[in-house]
Amino acid sequence: MGRKILLDKINVPGIRTYEVYRKEGGYASVEKALKKMTPDEVVEEVKTSGLRGRGGAGFPAGMKWSFIDKKSGKPRHLVCNADESEPGTFKDRYLMEFIPHLLIEGMITSSYALGANLSYIYIRGEYMWVYKILENAIAEAKAAGWLGKNILGSGYDLDLYVQIGAGAYICGEETALIESLEGKRGNPRIKPPFPAVMGLWQNPTVVNNVETIAAVPWIVNNSGADYAAIGIGRSTGTKLISASGNIKNQGVFEIDLGLSVYEFINSDEYCGGMQTDRPLKALVPGGSSVPVLPAHLIYKTAAGEDRLMTYESLADGGFASGSMLGSGGFIVYDDRACIVRNTWNFSRFYHHESCGQCTPCREGTGWMEKVLWRIENGQGREEDIELLWSIQAKIEGNTICPLGDAAAWPVAAAIRHFKDEFEYHIRFPEKIKNRDHFVAEPFEKVKHLIAKQEV
Amino acid sequence: MKVTIDGHEIEVAPGTTILQAARMIGGEVVPPAMCYYSKLKGTGGKCRCCLVDVTKGSDADPRPMPKLMASCVTGCQDGMEVASKSSDRVKEARNAVTEFLLINHPLDCPVCDQAGECDLQNLSFEHGKLQQRFVEEKRTFEPENIGDKIQLHMNRCIVCQRCVEVADQLTDGRVHGVLNRGDHSQISTCVSAAIDNEFSGNMIDVCPVGALTDKTFRFKSRVWFNKPFNAHRDCDKCCGKTTVWMFGNEIQRVTARKDEFHEVEEFICNTCRFDKKDVADWVIEGPRKFEKDSVINQNNYTRKLEKVVIETEKGILQGRDIDRKKISMAEIDYNEKIDGNPVNSKKNG
Amino acid sequence: MERSHIKQEINITDTLMNRINELISHYPADKKKSALLPVLHEVQDAHDNWLSIELQNKVAEILEIQPIEVYEVVTFYTMYNQRPIGKYMFEFCQTSACCLNGVENLMDYTCNKLGVGVGEPTADGLFEVRGVECLGACGYAPMMQLGDFFQEHLTEAKIDQLIADCKDGKITLHDK
Repeated sequence: MGRKILLDKINVPGIRTYEVYRKEGGYASVEKALKKMTPDEVVEEVKTSGLRGRGGAGFPAGMKWSFIDKKSGKPRHLVCNADESEPGTFKDRYLMEFIPHLLIEGMITSSYALGANLSYIYIRGEYMWVYKILENAIAEAKAAGWLGKNILGSGYDLDLYVQIGAGAYICGEETALIESLEGKRGNPRIKPPFPAVMGLWQNPTVVNNVETIAAVPWIVNNSGADYAAIGIGRSTGTKLISASGNIKNQGVFEIDLGLSVYEFINSDEYCGGMQTDRPLKALVPGGSSVPVLPAHLIYKTAAGEDRLMTYESLADGGFASGSMLGSGGFIVYDDRACIVRNTWNFSRFYHHESCGQCTPCREGTGWMEKVLWRIENGQGREEDIELLWSIQAKIEGNTICPLGDAAAWPVAAAIRHFKDEFEYHIRFPEKIKNRDHFVAEPFEKVKHLIAKQEV
Repeated sequence: MKVTIDGHEIEVAPGTTILQAARMIGGEVVPPAMCYYSKLKGTGGKCRCCLVDVTKGSDADPRPMPKLMASCVTGCQDGMEVASKSSDRVKEARNAVTEFLLINHPLDCPVCDQAGECDLQNLSFEHGKLQQRFVEEKRTFEPENIGDKIQLHMNRCIVCQRCVEVADQLTDGRVHGVLNRGDHSQISTCVSAAIDNEFSGNMIDVCPVGALTDKTFRFKSRVWFNKPFNAHRDCDKCCGKTTVWMFGNEIQRVTARKDEFHEVEEFICNTCRFDKKDVADWVIEGPRKFEKDSVINQNNYTRKLEKVVIETEKGILQGRDIDRKKISMAEIDYNEKIDGNPVNSKKNG
Repeated sequence: MERSHIKQEINITDTLMNRINELISHYPADKKKSALLPVLHEVQDAHDNWLSIELQNKVAEILEIQPIEVYEVVTFYTMYNQRPIGKYMFEFCQTSACCLNGVENLMDYTCNKLGVGVGEPTADGLFEVRGVECLGACGYAPMMQLGDFFQEHLTEAKIDQLIADCKDGKITLHDK
């Protein structure tokens, strides 16, 4: 049984309300921080904990906090990134919907650490009912004296609000989120300057994921060292994994970082094995942006070691044979799934979500989608595989924000590991006419058709 | 601070960007820029044409920057070393951006008024390829009338957003902007409002492509058949310093004066641009020079011309003698002033 | 620019205006524009789920910004509708996990049942089917958004039930 830090109390009846949350020991971290700790001491604890940004990039949270510009004397802000939109990821919604006060507690403690007096939670527009839940929770917290002027008599003031988005994946990028929070189009900003120096309304700002902030109360209540004791190496603590696809138990699980991928997929405590008796074919371990792994690289790394649920192990082998932990959007595919169709699906997503600001992403994502659509619909040409490879290589690294990379990586990985499936689509267009083409006849059974003839 | 770009060393003030430093050096090392505009705040970083390879971050932190950097928005550091044209990686990235910019571009240069002074043409000339890999249908937009002075051709637009910055920074009450997102991003007023602010015409000059052109010049001539002269007039709204583009004795177009990086030297007002098409409105200073390889020099009259007799010309133009005289520079009397009166003419006093 | 020429009755009620003022109060006094996204949601919800140009102009006036700043935002985000839409809009998530779980077949089923194509309202203006990108419910696939809420683990039977409930007026779209 893994330790539960974030989801410990999630099944307590009524935990969504302030009374129950408080009775279960909620808001203790605010009391401890405001009464017994200086802001810098809180930052130090978070640094010690080794907590890494849970939104996908995995940047150490404490370090991010220490970059915030305190010298300028300008007002500082903490913004919580609840614009969860990465395909495969739905963990933040789970936290906010069922235990909203945990996030609010984390926001208060973290804002105190940063010296922010005005903080926001930016939630995606589609989570409209969760927005209402958070608004209620904030009102409850305010009524109980956890927000507003002179909290707990400490002299510290904090106003916290929720801001709602309106349907744009790109607003999960921190500078685009800030633009959106300012009431503008979600166009990512050019960095530098970084938000820590010039963020919301040109003030120093820290943007953190929901899960990152929700981990702060535990760290403050216990200690950074306790948190760092969980996990392996630089992957400390627990992580929420959103598991979906062709597995038995789909949903959000909290795991100790360091659990093996094999156990996570097959243990009844987590995914519970495959959905049907169809075999495992591929895995996207960290949300749609990360490279897909073929069956033989899921449980073992290329070096033959056990693949673990850590930032390092999932990335082992680089892009040639590894992937990334990303945001923990764990999508499992069995052999009914078509990798070409899935890659097209992802490409359509990135094409739809590109903000259109910079050239490679604006033009390249649409181009990739069109080529992939042709291949998936039996109009592919032999040269299209090479063309796709070239387009993704030209997008990667040349864009303003990471959306370009996120659009390029899944395409690159699909070609790298499943090139024969692309060839099959191109050479046997009549066999892939039906959108469920691999359901009746999995690729393994027809693979011989494209095998090179040995003389 | 000392910066080295493609082996050329230069001293720059703190706050200088790599692109600005490269422009100080000049010549081959200057990266192409389709969206950056030094006279407009907040431009740059979007088109990705000016990517460079920072091979050494600074003396203090000599590590190279892992990604190619947009030189127009990356500040110089002391001791920084940059590879621009000398880097294959940079060349490849610029070729890639050029290809991306062209896949949905209509490639209608033969009927585009910008042809001959188009930054996208120049970019393609340097970084483009002859073959097309894009076999899909090109994206198109519904035409929109944005007023009687400025012609919008959205299909040609590269969404550099310079025109939006002009409207923001030179006019009060911007009425156009970028609508929609992704590859459907478009410049539009949304409500077909007329853009009629007194400085709105500068959108035409800052547009790097043929997306915004001068309606009063539409289809009148190819730019290389025009003779550009620097001219000025007393204007109570702007500096009044312009380039007038002549065809024979007629002023066909008025623009701001553009420097070697194709940026205007000073913005001008719409009165000077659109309403002063009479030679008598202007004091002509003299011919305007263009860089050696500009197509505008097809019609070069700043050097002495040899008289060339083209036998086929008469046949092709089918007797349109007046055109032939205007196009074939050799037949024009250079002692004649552009208003038609000879220099030192007694009539002029 | 595609836009609707259908006239929309504009009615900023006191309740709506109070809510708008509350939203504006969440930001510093000189940062009124920041309230644009939430205000547009509120205004849209109160006006049959779409925003005409006239309504957008009204929002610009309330927030003291240029109309173009509102148009730019409305056209960027997918949740703002620029034309009248079916009252009950079935927005099916069609990204990866939902696809693995057969959302495309369900969309076909729904369209056939309602006798419309994707993106066209039914003749009575009651329904519309749309495909949207990932809604963050991959573990509960296939799913769709209906009003402010998610309908998850969809099956053909569930869709039949939903359609019937909508017709009977049993479905709440917005929680106000």
